[in-house]
Amino acid sequence: MNKNHRVPSNRSLSAVEVKSKFGAEFRRFSLDRSKPGRFDEFYGLLQHVHRIPNVELLVGYADVHGDLLPINNDDNYHKAISTASPLLRLFLQRKEEADHLAFGTDSLTRKKNTVLSAVLLRPDPNRKKPPVIISLPKDFRPVSSIIDVDILPETHRRVRLYKHGQEKPLGFYIRDGSSVRVTPQGLEKVPGIFISRMVPGGLAESTGLLAVNDEVLEVNGIEVAGKSLDQVTDMMIANSHNLIITVKPANQRNNIVRSGGGGGGAASGSSGRSSDSGASYYGYSSPGGIGAAASTPSHIIQNFHPEELESDEDDEDLVIEAGGEAELIPCAPSASYSMPSLPRYEPHLNLRTAAAASTSSISINANGTLPTSASSGSLGNITSTTPSPDRAMERRSLEEDGTVITL
Amino acid sequence: MMKFRFRRQGTDPQREKIKQELFAFNKTVEHGFPHQPSALAFDPKLQLMAIGTKSGAIKIYGAPGVEFTGLHKDTTAVTQMHFLPGQGRLLSLLDDNTIHLWELVAGPPREVGGVKREGMVCLQEVCSYSLPGRPGIESCSATRVTVLLLLRSCELLCVGTEGGGVYFLDLPRLSLKDGQTLLQDQVTQSLPEDYRCGKSLGPVESLQEHPQQPGKILIGYSRGLVVLWDLSTRHANHLFLGKQQLESLVWERSGNSFVSSHSDGGYSVWAVASGNPYTHQPVSSSIPYGPFPCKAINKILWRTAQSGSPVLLYSGGMPRASYGDRHCLTIQQDKEHVTLDFTSRVIDFFTVHSVELEKEFDDPSALVVLLEEELVVIDLQTPGWPSLPTPYLAPLHSSAITCSCHVSNVPPKLWERLVNAGKAQQGQQHTHRSWPICGGKNMAPLPKQQELLLTGHEDGTVRFWDASGVALTPIYKLSTASVFHTDCDPSDDPQDPSNDPDAQQEEEWPPFRKVGCFDPYSDDPRLGIQKISLCKYSNKLVVAGTAGQVIVLGLSDERSDHLVDVSVVDLLQDREGFTWKGHDRLEPRLKPAPFPPGFQPLVLVQCLPPASVTAVTLHAEWNLIAFGTSHGFGLFDYHRRNAVLARCTLHPNDSLAMEGPLSRVKSLKKSLRQSFRRIRKSRVSGKKRVQEANAALAEQEEVAPVQRRIEPRSADDSLSGVVRCLCFADTFLRDGTHHGPTLWAGTNSGSVYAYALEVPGVGLGRVCERSGAGEGSACAEAVLGKEIQLMHRAPVVSICVLDGRGKPLPDPYEASRDLATAPDMTNAHSVLIASEEQLKVFSLPKVSAKTKFKLTAHEGCRVRKVAMVVFSSTAQEDYSEHTLVCLTNLGDMHLFSIPGLRPQVRYDCIRKEDISGIASCVFTKNGQGEEKKSHEGQNTARDCSKVGFYLISPSEYERFSLSAKVLTEPLCSIHLDRPPHFCTLNVESLPLSLPGQTEEPPSTLSSPLLDTPLDSPLSCADLTLDSTGELTVEDVRDFLTTVDEAENNLKNIKEEEGRSTGILIN
Repeated sequence: MNKNHRVPSNRSLSAVEVKSKFGAEFRRFSLDRSKPGRFDEFYGLLQHVHRIPNVELLVGYADVHGDLLPINNDDNYHKAISTASPLLRLFLQRKEEADHLAFGTDSLTRKKNTVLSAVLLRPDPNRKKPPVIISLPKDFRPVSSIIDVDILPETHRRVRLYKHGQEKPLGFYIRDGSSVRVTPQGLEKVPGIFISRMVPGGLAESTGLLAVNDEVLEVNGIEVAGKSLDQVTDMMIANSHNLIITVKPANQRNNIVRSGGGGGGAASGSSGRSSDSGASYYGYSSPGGIGAAASTPSHIIQNFHPEELESDEDDEDLVIEAGGEAELIPCAPSASYSMPSLPRYEPHLNLRTAAAASTSSISINANGTLPTSASSGSLGNITSTTPSPDRAMERRSLEEDGTVITL
Repeated sequence: MMKFRFRRQGTDPQREKIKQELFAFNKTVEHGFPHQPSALAFDPKLQLMAIGTKSGAIKIYGAPGVEFTGLHKDTTAVTQMHFLPGQGRLLSLLDDNTIHLWELVAGPPREVGGVKREGMVCLQEVCSYSLPGRPGIESCSATRVTVLLLLRSCELLCVGTEGGGVYFLDLPRLSLKDGQTLLQDQVTQSLPEDYRCGKSLGPVESLQEHPQQPGKILIGYSRGLVVLWDLSTRHANHLFLGKQQLESLVWERSGNSFVSSHSDGGYSVWAVASGNPYTHQPVSSSIPYGPFPCKAINKILWRTAQSGSPVLLYSGGMPRASYGDRHCLTIQQDKEHVTLDFTSRVIDFFTVHSVELEKEFDDPSALVVLLEEELVVIDLQTPGWPSLPTPYLAPLHSSAITCSCHVSNVPPKLWERLVNAGKAQQGQQHTHRSWPICGGKNMAPLPKQQELLLTGHEDGTVRFWDASGVALTPIYKLSTASVFHTDCDPSDDPQDPSNDPDAQQEEEWPPFRKVGCFDPYSDDPRLGIQKISLCKYSNKLVVAGTAGQVIVLGLSDERSDHLVDVSVVDLLQDREGFTWKGHDRLEPRLKPAPFPPGFQPLVLVQCLPPASVTAVTLHAEWNLIAFGTSHGFGLFDYHRRNAVLARCTLHPNDSLAMEGPLSRVKSLKKSLRQSFRRIRKSRVSGKKRVQEANAALAEQEEVAPVQRRIEPRSADDSLSGVVRCLCFADTFLRDGTHHGPTLWAGTNSGSVYAYALEVPGVGLGRVCERSGAGEGSACAEAVLGKEIQLMHRAPVVSICVLDGRGKPLPDPYEASRDLATAPDMTNAHSVLIASEEQLKVFSLPKVSAKTKFKLTAHEGCRVRKVAMVVFSSTAQEDYSEHTLVCLTNLGDMHLFSIPGLRPQVRYDCIRKEDISGIASCVFTKNGQGEEKKSHEGQNTARDCSKVGFYLISPSEYERFSLSAKVLTEPLCSIHLDRPPHFCTLNVESLPLSLPGQTEEPPSTLSSPLLDTPLDSPLSCADLTLDSTGELTVEDVRDFLTTVDEAENNLKNIKEEEGRSTGILIN
């Protein structure tokens, strides 16, 4: 390998000119296009060239479209070599400082900033553990799940029913009832709200997260104690886009048995179906669990940011604007009444930040494509909760076709 | 999740103080006519009238503005009331056979709006008494009280009972005088044998004190016997052996004769001769409406007059077959005979006459009749006995109220013209004699400004009420029926009885005269008024009704005959697959019609399909009206008489909207068929039936608990296209630099449509640019600018555009006439959209969400009504805040700051069961203009508009105030003449003058919301004040502060607990 090193720039067709950048330093060398070798050899070469033998690296290159793409196995290494024409530009990053979001479309234009900041920032000890790269967080579809396992008492369960884009109804009924509580004065019977019935095929039933006779304790962080059935109904309906219910399950046998400190790999059993009943973690609340999640494909990872809880609807009110200036249609003065014909609309969603918008599955990426990750990667096992993209597509097309009736 | 907790505003003590200076909740007065009155009383000395109701309330009225209210602890009907004349005391008999004594007492001093007011007078119950049952007899029917007689000395109360006994109670202690009781046996003994015939005399029907000889009373028994009883000697002076079942008795003033009325519809005059102890026959006897069987004369009055023969007044006695269902009262004097024909039952009546003993004649001046639905006063001194307009107790519900609208700070010019129009209306039929009930003195300062309350009614009328003061008085009535061709001839207005009585008097017997205005029957339900909008500066009124009619009216002082322009606007716009199965549209009159002075119709717009109008708004400056139904909305230029826009809001799945309200008939038919089938099915063998019933029972038990389905709102809910609100605003819709007229419409399914309008001659921005082209065709245009679909799809309750400073835009003309501060057009505007579930502020023109408050998601209640209100501070003269007031389906008021949408205060206002109350609530609008004007006035009772109204019964409005500064409440004094009895409070001063104001102290009186004092700081303070006695102003203030703070802290603690999502208790 060392032989290849420092070969004066040989502009023959068989050679690939490589410009490798790590931090502020550049190295230039060339590779044989016909015999690129394996990735690990190449990796070792890079470490050698940059004189950073013990530094874990993330290797990226700029493809013909200017996108920053990773090189982390033989295949994409070969692809990079074969497409390089004539210069192969490499960008090296320390793994612990790596900015995973940097990869992707238009990333090179954005990248400037991030690479620079990666260079300028001192290595942060808190960021030692790199997130596992399986896919980008925003590519995941939020699904119904059990959340906050680590902060709730074992007897309680907090369930998030995510309805976005699904035609499935939430599908459950609640009723008044009474439950017995232990109080300092002894046992006390208190009124409560219970789940009375499931609608077959509804979201609540199909996810198996709720069951009949579960007592509802909270709705989206608000205790239901002292509220009437109608009030609780209204609260649930008003939060139906992102409903978080804390229940005391009627069946207490499936409770999580927690092993000490905050549940690194503890399994939380949920009643009912097994398809998605592995341990579910709230992405931000227990980072320790992510590793486990990555290694066990049956786990569901949720990448919600806390502020998402609030942002659910702002992004969704649909605003349709009449197109520019030209559509003024004067009404006929002679008619006793007249209707200006409807101008064509250019529907657009008021996406405020790309990140926020792309997390909610109903909102469409700015370029109009559906979130590609509905079926991406390790999520293949959660088909029971995955909404059919066709339906969403259908709906979308309905909204787009200009006659604005269907909203 | 944590964010829910932290988003709450921390309690900033500075802010808390400001809040206290701004907000306070008070229920002040009840307007209108008491619901279901059951008793009437009159105090001739104090000139006060009392009305008792079936729900146990007592209301005392004097001169206009003088009002007192009391509420019995039990909600039992008040059956009788008697004043202790001149003492400010009142006896009430309830349906549960208890007797209560009430007193007007001076309450503790109190602070209102930063000003100390001392010695308010309120009505309080002093003691109560109930007759013991006879020993050994369990049922108290024998001792059930039938009549009460209060002797003129006010020291003795005679109680007649069902069992025929008369009991005597000491007053005012209400203690039974033992051994004095007159049982029936004592009377029977002295009866002649042939009259006795072994039968009981029946209940005591009437007790009357001899007008000249104090110790003697007349006791009338149901069977017909009348006894003149001497209380001192305990001996029957005279026996009148009547044979006819007795209904009532009345003395003639001299005491030489009395009159009895009977169940056969007749009355008899009896002479009281001193000789013979028995009288068998009356002097004269007659059945006025005979000879065919007649109904009983329930009550009769005999009043002597100086001018001639006595006046005889009696209720009932109508011929049973032909007029048995009429509610009548007859006035007779000599040959003059009038049968007053009322539309509702006669509860009781009295005459106002001279009571001084030295006067020789009664000389009745007025007759006051309490009917079930209204109060009618007849002037007895003017020939022809015309009726007298009542200054209060107006029957708001003369036709059912369908909507209401409040206009504050009415310009004096408009006020004057309205009053004149009203006077012209009632000119002929009423006398202008002064109101006969004039007790007490109204101490309330004259209102600084005039307030109008407009009520729309089922019969197509709009009534204008003076809501400036404590008493709600009618000003003017507008009928819209004359615009249409209806079944009854519109030329003779059924509401106007002025022309018929004379004509009828000749031929008809009895000589009926229709009196009163309560008329619950509507000629055509389509005439009903649904929405009202008034522009007080341009005197334009828009009235919209049940059959999709929208009428634009202008004020005119002259009578005019003209044809009303008619336009039809098709809101469906050829949408296919819909057929309207509801009512037809009203047929407009094709001939010119005469319109009296007042509001006269200019244009009639009829929506197609003719569904009920659900929203209407008027912008007089732009000559535009917008209206919405369940199918869509339209925009109409009433100046040029052309429709500018029609937009259908229907969802394709919305089938219900198309069929109209009448399609329910079909389902009735269906359900009938089903029930028949069920019956047929049940006609199987008995055994099977039992089994079936058991099965049904088991089934029922299974589904017994109330369930609620949890589903998000879907787009295909029925009636999603109903237009809920419309709003005009001059704002930035197209871009951030050019503003212009816009129209906003919100629907039941959470859609908001914003149109940019081009109004000729209005707007500076784009209109100017295009003016060259648009000059020729000078008509308004509308271009759709934005459509907003709220994702939660909740009905849009209200839309309001806020200016650059975050204040609501002023009303049309307010800015241009310099009545309000001009809106800030330099900074970005925003729009506040209130849906049933959340409040949200969007920036303009981009329409991106700025702030929001998810009320339903947090509290589980839904927004019902929303209003922008200005609150001014009690402490700083010129400090005021714009606040969003929001009434929820639970009947509580939430106040939010704008545009930050931070929750400020919450008050319980209406019971959550009182759905009609919540639905009828109207807020008074913000009044910047009045703020300006009232600056020079003193700060005591700046009567501006921080109040609202809602219907507590079909006939009554409750007025409430949310402002700490402004209260409209009774303020009156009464000169009492009360002997120093056991009462500890008022011993020292005689006579007692009690200036002050009345208000319902929440501890004892009136409000049905007694159990919720914690949320209203002021009433809470009152409670405590009652027990502590004297406090200075400053003390009160501090006290209020501490109470409030403590309460707030408590609330916060509760909230904190409520929001602690991390750890759940158990």
